[in-house]
Amino acid sequence: MSLLDVRHLVKHFVRRQGLWRPPSVVKAVDDVSFTIEEGEMFGLVGESGSGKSTTGRCILRLIEPSSGEVLFRGDDVLRYSRSQMREARRHMQIVFQDPYSSLDPRMRVGDIVEEPLVIHRLGTKAERRTRVAELFSLVGLEPDHLRRYPHEFSGGQRQRIGIARALALNPALIIADEAVSALDVSIQAQVVTLMMDLKERLKLTYLFIAHDLRLVEHICTRVAVMYLGRIVELGDTRALFANPTHPYTRALLSAIPVLDPDTPRQRIELDPSSFDREAPLRQLGAGHWAAV
Amino acid sequence: MTAPLLDVQHLTVVFDGAPAPVTAVNDVSFQIAPGETLGLVGESGSGKSVTAFAILRLLQRPGRVAGGTVLFEGRDLLALPERDMRAVRGARISLIFQEPATALNPVMRVGDQIAEALTVHGLASGGEAQARAVELLEAVRITDAPRRARDYPHQLSGGMRQRVMIAIALACHPPLVIADEPTTALDVTIQAQVLELLRELKATYNLAVLLITHDFGVVAEMADRVAVMYKGSLVEQGPVRQILRAPAHDYTRNLLASIPGR
Repeated sequence: MSLLDVRHLVKHFVRRQGLWRPPSVVKAVDDVSFTIEEGEMFGLVGESGSGKSTTGRCILRLIEPSSGEVLFRGDDVLRYSRSQMREARRHMQIVFQDPYSSLDPRMRVGDIVEEPLVIHRLGTKAERRTRVAELFSLVGLEPDHLRRYPHEFSGGQRQRIGIARALALNPALIIADEAVSALDVSIQAQVVTLMMDLKERLKLTYLFIAHDLRLVEHICTRVAVMYLGRIVELGDTRALFANPTHPYTRALLSAIPVLDPDTPRQRIELDPSSFDREAPLRQLGAGHWAAV
Repeated sequence: MTAPLLDVQHLTVVFDGAPAPVTAVNDVSFQIAPGETLGLVGESGSGKSVTAFAILRLLQRPGRVAGGTVLFEGRDLLALPERDMRAVRGARISLIFQEPATALNPVMRVGDQIAEALTVHGLASGGEAQARAVELLEAVRITDAPRRARDYPHQLSGGMRQRVMIAIALACHPPLVIADEPTTALDVTIQAQVLELLRELKATYNLAVLLITHDFGVVAEMADRVAVMYKGSLVEQGPVRQILRAPAHDYTRNLLASIPGR
């Protein structure tokens, strides 16, 4: 059984356009299906507006999906009651992109990391304190940081605090929503190394949402490429990067700046008329699908 | 070598404050020849944007230039009266900001904003400035330029807003453009289009560009030479191929090694 099995997930945003005009419907997530196995680092990539973040949030029901199924360990969390869902979120946690706006500026960081334990009424005060100190050392922060406020930390340190908070409840799945996109490249490398290390030590599974293909190629086992609400290509990282097939994947890969000034640029412009938006995913080879 | 267009020597910028002043830019020297692109690379807080602001004398308190000279077209910008400096900004050296959403005036039509650059510097007025604005929108490859000129910034996508910024920057045909992270806020496919456009415009107008970025990929695509900045100082400077293939300084090596997939 897969750890996470997303089936035909749909999220439509309806936008009213005035009294006499019919409301317009934005298909932010349009029939998205994928599975993530235990211990995987699954990459979900796409540009702004592709629906990748909405997908991540729908899985946790931070945004209520319009339809579809989200099976976590075989159980559809979209059928859960509020209290069941709260319980389920112990096992599925999210790390947000912006380490500046996702931490309460008026709380001490020790309390921020402790808060999930308080909400779920876990342990005594002393036990929680011990757990928080443990989490701090796990993500490479000092014990004397506990009593400080978020503004006293750099972006990379704040993201470590966000990770510590996400790990507080011992989750199985971490949804990392552009978790390192806002960081400088050297800090990004440190945080990614931490996330990989934690994955091994705590047997974590990641849904890694990102727009940086270079990073995804480097760390993910499998990748799904999203374009305008749909997955247009999905596969093992090596197969997908070796043989990108969907026109959008190709355009996206060709747009990445190359580090060698002498490599000839072969920019592929996306021609939206060159493919069928409604085409279903078709298997191309072992572990590689594309909507062509 | 031809005489440099911009010659920055021993530039030092200090931010006064307690307990001690902070040196944000420490004895930085570099030159840019006409038509040349210099990539100024470093991470956030390294002092690269402060350097650009110091060149244009746009530093705000408590920041101040504590030493050095900025020779541009033979004059020291740091010694110019403010009136003369205003004639340099926008007309001889223009600036492209990272965030086109906040750098453009939200309540002014984009055509008017381009025309304003011309009228402020007395290069055109009225209908002529408007006509030039439309031409400039065409030059930055905005389709249906006459109609787009009447749009407000919020009606444009991020990539189009950055094209408008470039059109404003080019309005007075400046010999030097300072581009501060011009594509950082854009998606990778839009970034590719904007970089392509900048390359074309550079060739057409023989523009010199001071390209400020943290992305070595952008540098490899755009720059002739690279200067690497770390904690306020230039640690390394040289032709782009040399820096990318054989970085001499540890910091540059680490920075290149941090890039995923290298």
